[in-house]
Amino acid sequence: MSATLQNLVNQPYKHGFVTSIESDVAPKGLNADTIRMISTKKKEPEWLLEFRLKSYEAWLKMEEPVWPNVHYPKIDFQAISYYSAPKQKPKLKSMDEVDPELLRTFEKLGVPLHERMALAGVAVDVIFDSVSVATTYKDKLAEVGIIFCSMSEAVHDHPELVQKYLGTVIPPSDNFYAALNSAVFTDGSFCYIPKGVKCPMDLSTYFRINTEESGQFERTLIVAEEGASVSYLEGCTAPAFSSNQLHAAVVELVALDNADIKYSTVQNWYAGDEKGVGGIYNFVTKRGLAKGVNSRISWTQVETGSAITWKYPSCVLLGDNSVGEFYSVAVTNHYQQADTGTKMIHVGKNTRSTIVSKGISAGHSNNSYRGLVKVAPGATGARNYSQCDSMLVGQNSGAHTFPYIQVANNSSQIEHEASTSKIGEDQLFYFAQRGIDAEAAVSMIINGFCKDVFQQLPMEFAVEATALLSFKLEGSVG
Amino acid sequence: MIYPDSKIVLEVRGLCATVNGTEILKGLDLTVRRGEVHAIMGPNGSGKSTFSKILAGHSAYEVTGGSVMFEGQNLFDLAPEERARAGVFLAFQYPIEIPGVINSQFLRLTYNTVQTHRGKEELDPLEFDDYVREKMKLLEMSPDFLERSVNEGFSGGEKKRNEILQMAMLDPRLAILDETDSGLDIDALRIVANGVNQLANKDNAIVLVTHYQRLLNYIVPDYVHVMEAGRIIKTGGKELALELESRGYDWVGVEHKAVAGAVA
Ligand SMILES: Nc1ncnc2c1ncn2[C@@H]1O[C@H](COP(=O)(O)OP(=O)(O)OP(=O)(O)O)[C@@H](O)[C@H]1O
Ligand SMILES: [Mg+2]
Repeated sequence: MSATLQNLVNQPYKHGFVTSIESDVAPKGLNADTIRMISTKKKEPEWLLEFRLKSYEAWLKMEEPVWPNVHYPKIDFQAISYYSAPKQKPKLKSMDEVDPELLRTFEKLGVPLHERMALAGVAVDVIFDSVSVATTYKDKLAEVGIIFCSMSEAVHDHPELVQKYLGTVIPPSDNFYAALNSAVFTDGSFCYIPKGVKCPMDLSTYFRINTEESGQFERTLIVAEEGASVSYLEGCTAPAFSSNQLHAAVVELVALDNADIKYSTVQNWYAGDEKGVGGIYNFVTKRGLAKGVNSRISWTQVETGSAITWKYPSCVLLGDNSVGEFYSVAVTNHYQQADTGTKMIHVGKNTRSTIVSKGISAGHSNNSYRGLVKVAPGATGARNYSQCDSMLVGQNSGAHTFPYIQVANNSSQIEHEASTSKIGEDQLFYFAQRGIDAEAAVSMIINGFCKDVFQQLPMEFAVEATALLSFKLEGSVG
Repeated sequence: MIYPDSKIVLEVRGLCATVNGTEILKGLDLTVRRGEVHAIMGPNGSGKSTFSKILAGHSAYEVTGGSVMFEGQNLFDLAPEERARAGVFLAFQYPIEIPGVINSQFLRLTYNTVQTHRGKEELDPLEFDDYVREKMKLLEMSPDFLERSVNEGFSGGEKKRNEILQMAMLDPRLAILDETDSGLDIDALRIVANGVNQLANKDNAIVLVTHYQRLLNYIVPDYVHVMEAGRIIKTGGKELALELESRGYDWVGVEHKAVAGAVA
């Protein structure tokens, strides 16, 4: 992470609402009044309150999904507090106060020192003048008319845009968690790229949310107007902790004619300890609407954290000749469970989609790929290529693939390839015989296995992701 | 070549080892000095590959008795990768495939790792490319193999050449070649043997595990050992291999038993 990114981490919200409210935490439980309270606290317009209440009504009628291949105790939705003013993480005075385990992790990941300090919550203002850097960056985006801010800010400053697109890709009734999120989301990111603008830099959530505890119900909306393009990075390789166990984010992308959105995620939420105790439940709904002709939505994800991951970044290919891509690496270790994959919905003519999924399971973990390729009757000439590879590390892990293909158009072309491999002791012995220790060997094998996905990531991210994977799998082989 | 007063590279005394509780090596003795070429022959299942892998440090085998000294230090004090860095090289009978890992990257990592541990300079990708292509010429290997995954889809003979290529790169003190000749066609056998001969010098030692005389026509051994049931039961000069070729192994066992009986 560059100094620029790094300093923006400490940038407070312009419209932070911490100061403007008296009570910080809502009482536990969810009902229409809780939602009204959230909306009032956030000084939201009437339409948004309505959106929330409708979502809540829908949620009440829905059942928690049981089809994913994951197991966890029943969640008591009335035991959660749905609103609390975002807290600044406590600032530490020096590195000596930082949890040594965390430092060891940073060391392993090769995170530069000044960045470690920031991520660990050590005040870095003394090192750099963060305000000036942040301003430079904001100015640069503003010059070309790009809006990149928190969802709360967007609701206040650009209500017409938010209202126009919010919930259009993932309607509140889409699924149980999306409905819940739509009712109670507290913040998230908003990004708008105007017509014909190519965003001059990768936009990263690093820039905004790192000094705050990420919301439990994040809401992200990215809109690329005609001919616009943007590359958006979410998350980071450093471990993310949260005091909330359940996270149910919603991410919506809209690409108009000839627009291009590339969304990359590195997810490293706390996964629980080696015995599987604790850890985040990450139930995310992500969907991109390739609305215009020749538009493109590309998802790249590296999923390494969370106790349970339930996530299917999808593309609805509405515009003719639109393109959807999904590149995924999902790693599970110890007792982690991941059920992840994608949906490619072909509606427009000559739409194309590519799915490359790499699942790595170690320890006692379970890793499932679940994918749907659907071709609508009007999607003549649609094409899909899917490749799902699993790698098992050790004896006790599981890999599963659930590909679903629904084709209502006989001019379409669907290809599916799958493989399962194993990092065996004999492979590691071969490396050792050539002087290479197990850690370096695993890293090389995993890297080779994941290269089709890693090469989709921005360079810096790719390097970090490689280190992260080796770290995650450390000690799981041999 | 046998040099008088040459230093001992490998000294194996009474080595016993088991795999999954089954005893495979039952008191193996072997002394190898610098500059020497040893051939180990013996029937299938007699423990030749087991012995090779134990020297390299494979974890499936449990050493239950005896000792192995390598260049004056206890070999078992070293982890497998440390042995490799110290100069133990094993060309595998069945080199494993590593899908997804590009051969050139693998070769460079192994070369640089070993170099670093020997206090030498690493090579950057471009320098390494020149270096490895030069070594490949020695073995008449096409540079195409650099771009493929390690051993994946290589023919039997191509895998063996890739092993000797690594031997050439890593410049070992002790090279154990486990049936490197099997799977090689006649031309390849000559080429690979040639390569090995060029690598042999007065400071290193080579142990060839083989079933056939034809390899020994090219790489002439100073000693030939016969292994049976986890022990070396006979040692001779290069002519012993010719005798084995014409007479088989049975007589060696009979002779060994007779001698053992007479001693008892
Ligand atoms: N991992 C293992 N599990 C069980 N048995 C094993 C294992 N490894 C070796 N053995 C057994 O040990 C014995 C010696 O095997 P080894 O491979 O060392 O023989 P070899 O002399 O190299 O034979 P070949 O000439 O056929 O290569 C064989 O009976 C073999 O089945
Ligand atoms: Mg053998």
